[in-house]
Amino acid sequence: MKPGFTDPVFDSHEGFSALMQAMARPGRIQRCQMLRDLPKGLASAAAAALLTLADAQTLVWTDAQGEAREWIAFHTGAPLVAEPGRAQFLLATRSMPELAALNPGTDEIPQDSATLIVQVQALDDEFGWWLTGPGIEVTHRLSAQGLPADFLQQWAANTARFPRGVDLVLCAGERLAALPRTTRISETC
Amino acid sequence: MIDEQNAERPAWMAALARASAGEIEALLRVAPPLPPHLVIRGPEIGLTMMRGRAGGDGAAFNLGEATLTRCSVSLADGTLGHCWRLGRDRRAAELAAVLDACLQGDALRDALLAGVIEPLRARQAEAACLTARRAAATEVRFATLATMR
Repeated sequence: MKPGFTDPVFDSHEGFSALMQAMARPGRIQRCQMLRDLPKGLASAAAAALLTLADAQTLVWTDAQGEAREWIAFHTGAPLVAEPGRAQFLLATRSMPELAALNPGTDEIPQDSATLIVQVQALDDEFGWWLTGPGIEVTHRLSAQGLPADFLQQWAANTARFPRGVDLVLCAGERLAALPRTTRISETC
Repeated sequence: MIDEQNAERPAWMAALARASAGEIEALLRVAPPLPPHLVIRGPEIGLTMMRGRAGGDGAAFNLGEATLTRCSVSLADGTLGHCWRLGRDRRAAELAAVLDACLQGDALRDALLAGVIEPLRARQAEAACLTARRAAATEVRFATLATMR
């Protein structure tokens, strides 16, 4: 078993600050390098985000197996559920679950929705999609490698059901960017 | 799941959780040296809600919060040792977690059981007996109340 945060209080503050900045400025990349020694299959930013968000009172779903799964269960203390639709926080290490299958909250309580953390192969804010929406003055660029081929259709359907919807955190290594449900993505300017 | 070999684990964990850091260190001075370990979590202090039942079998209620210290360590071979104890003694929690990990392996088990755990248990049993005797000497039996329940 590998250790979690060395200083649980300050490390989770740092993780929370990174997530908050990422959500406030969709597409801008933040860094999370508190965790250096991790089980195989977990990326530093994704693991830090999950440790920051999940605790014994949140339902977590993950596709990680073996040591990585044990590490998540031990360090978050969260109950791991088998169905993605029940979870409040999800960590996809290999392939992203269908956004439509996750909990979008209700019109009265949209904040009950799921937050999905996805480990992608690469993340860059110099080129790629054009993002618009709250938190973006004109446009932000973002490119993510390793998402499903129909990701943009899934995302359009996710933004269309506002205020319901799923928030997304994309992680590659130590880099992290967020796509809240209000962000619109287009492939052209 | 408690396997055959570690059937005594709850007993040694309980003995370690009740011992102070000073007591454990004193006994370790004459025991074989402990292997190096990696701290997985803690030692960290938190609170736990203590629950009680009115009359021992009534509805559960929250009695109050107590401080709790927990620590988990891993040895070089991957064995995990844990300690959760009341109070705020970080050093004792870490020592107890290391001992819990070492006691699960064959190399040190017998020496540590004889050198550390048995003396602790004997001391704790003696202290419990003394407290029970002091309490028994001042016991008042409410015989009439007991029959009214």
